[in-house]
Amino acid sequence: MVLLVEDDPSVREGLGLALRRQGHDVRAAGTGEEGVERLRESRPDIVVLDIMLPGIDGFETCRRMRSQAEVPIIMLTARGDDFDVVAGLEAGADDYVVKPVEPRVLEARIRAVLRRTVAEPSTVERHGSLVIDRAGLQVLKDDAQVALTPTELKLLLELSRTPGRVLTRQQILEAVWEHDYLGDSRLVDACVQRLRAKIEDVPSEPRYVHTVRGFGYRFGPR
Amino acid sequence: MRSLLRGLRPRLMAAFLLLTLLGAVAAAGASYATARNLLLEDAQDGFMNPLVKDVRDYAPKLTVPPAQQDLDEFASYLRGTAFVVYGGLRAHGGPDLSSTVPAEMRTALKSSRTVIWQRRTDLAEPYVVIGIPLLRADGSNTGVEVWAISSLGGPQRAIDSFAKAAWVGVSLVLPLALGLALFTARGVLRPVRRLGAAARALGSGRLDTRVDERGSDELSDLARTFNRAAEQLESSQAASRRFVADVSHELRTPLTAMNAVSAVLDEDAASLPPDTAVAARLVSTETRKLTRLVNDLMEISRFDEGRNVLELDEWDIGTAVRDCLAARGWTTSVQASLPDGVTGRVDRRRLDVIVANLVGNALKHGGAPVRITVRPGVIEVSDHGPGIPPDALPHIFDRFYKADTARSRSEGSGLGLAIAWENARLHGGTIEAANDPAGGAVFTLRLPW
Repeated sequence: MVLLVEDDPSVREGLGLALRRQGHDVRAAGTGEEGVERLRESRPDIVVLDIMLPGIDGFETCRRMRSQAEVPIIMLTARGDDFDVVAGLEAGADDYVVKPVEPRVLEARIRAVLRRTVAEPSTVERHGSLVIDRAGLQVLKDDAQVALTPTELKLLLELSRTPGRVLTRQQILEAVWEHDYLGDSRLVDACVQRLRAKIEDVPSEPRYVHTVRGFGYRFGPR
Repeated sequence: MRSLLRGLRPRLMAAFLLLTLLGAVAAAGASYATARNLLLEDAQDGFMNPLVKDVRDYAPKLTVPPAQQDLDEFASYLRGTAFVVYGGLRAHGGPDLSSTVPAEMRTALKSSRTVIWQRRTDLAEPYVVIGIPLLRADGSNTGVEVWAISSLGGPQRAIDSFAKAAWVGVSLVLPLALGLALFTARGVLRPVRRLGAAARALGSGRLDTRVDERGSDELSDLARTFNRAAEQLESSQAASRRFVADVSHELRTPLTAMNAVSAVLDEDAASLPPDTAVAARLVSTETRKLTRLVNDLMEISRFDEGRNVLELDEWDIGTAVRDCLAARGWTTSVQASLPDGVTGRVDRRRLDVIVANLVGNALKHGGAPVRITVRPGVIEVSDHGPGIPPDALPHIFDRFYKADTARSRSEGSGLGLAIAWENARLHGGTIEAANDPAGGAVFTLRLPW
């Protein structure tokens, strides 16, 4: 089920129609407050969230939704407005699409985010105090479960598959976000920040996800 | 001559020179005339006065009318320096001046009671001719004439050297005047030249150009006026750009709604009545074009407002071009010559936009085969079409410029080449459009990678 938060009635109706045609169950909200309310009561699989909203704006709505659930959030942003993109990713969005959005593109992004990570048989790995259970699709830190969004989980699984090897941002974008060509590497950076906040002891001095300047990221407990 | 004097500097120099020359000549001329008169009079008086005195002293002793002997004695009294005549008689001794003294002087002396003289220059050296009438005690003329000539060569030489000194003085002052003219011209011309350069910069689109407006003279006033004009130009351009950005921004929301449903129209068109199906497809096609136009307008607006930033990274250029072609399904329609190992620091996304726009343009307007060649620092896109009309070449990167006026509306937004050009400029590079002598258009992208 898709929760669409958009203040413009025509866009709401048009995108709702397009998404329903793709086979999604769509709930719509006209304001940020209403969106947060709907999230609580209807537990959607994914949120499509407009940035420009009356009342609390898209960023604040995003933050409030993040504090409630690990639901994936795709932002609707003004085209290439870098400030919006950066602020939205910092607020916790998983991905973004630019207006005027092509329904085809939005659909592809939704599918990519929703695609469940395939459970792999019987592999439980221990990296330092981090336990990654690829079969149960959960992550434990110091024996406590870490609440990761689907995108964060996919990123961690992808990075930890080849410990010690450097993955470029483009490789990560293709594997995790399924962005085909020239994706926005800031998605990776923002998601790595969020992941670090959850699995690292000191996020500014990471033990698990290391930045390799000019190339990408490398997984490996030190 | 007119073209020589067109500049402010030569005119100022000419004016200074002329003024100096006039002043110097006037001053030198006036003092020359005065000095000349004084010198000549002095020399003349020095010769004439003793002679006149001698003649006056001797006058009472001379019997009138004189005999030959009387005249001879008179002449020897005058120490043979003068020519003494009475009617047809002429004293022996002394120079024979009968042919030297002009006839009109002789006539004049006959009725004169005073000394007459005349400066003459008909010989090699200037000289003065003096005629003294011998008067009786009652003042009447006796008819005895005393003539003498004296060379004025000495004083003339003094006068000449004086004149020469004056000319030397003038010629020494002229370079000084010229230097002063240059100095003054520089003081005027430097701000003028700076204003000229600033106006050219303004004309070429750099509207943030300002000039130094310190000072309180007319040129500073001009500089202030220039700066005000530039400010107004800049703010009015910013306003019109803001307007384009705002309009594009406002178009985005309705376009998002239209885009969302246009796919629905496309999908269901087959089951609609024929006319409705045509209308539906038309609306959906035009919606997509409008979307592309608005997207491109917003991209151009961001360039105009300087909001686009470079994200430079080291990339393999051949790979970038290959990926760009592959992503758009152009791999088979474009002949690519992509050497390995050409790398550069570029914004990959922006390079992709440039290459896509150049190749897309060549495929659309040029003739096959379209070729793309990568060399260090250069990417060249060529086609084998009719080339670009010469009058269109300077405008090919202008916004909404269409080389072929018969085509009212092209597939693209009309901003593709302008966006490519802006992206190249953001890199500090250039794109040049030209026609290959062998046929076809050639677009050359140069990036400082």
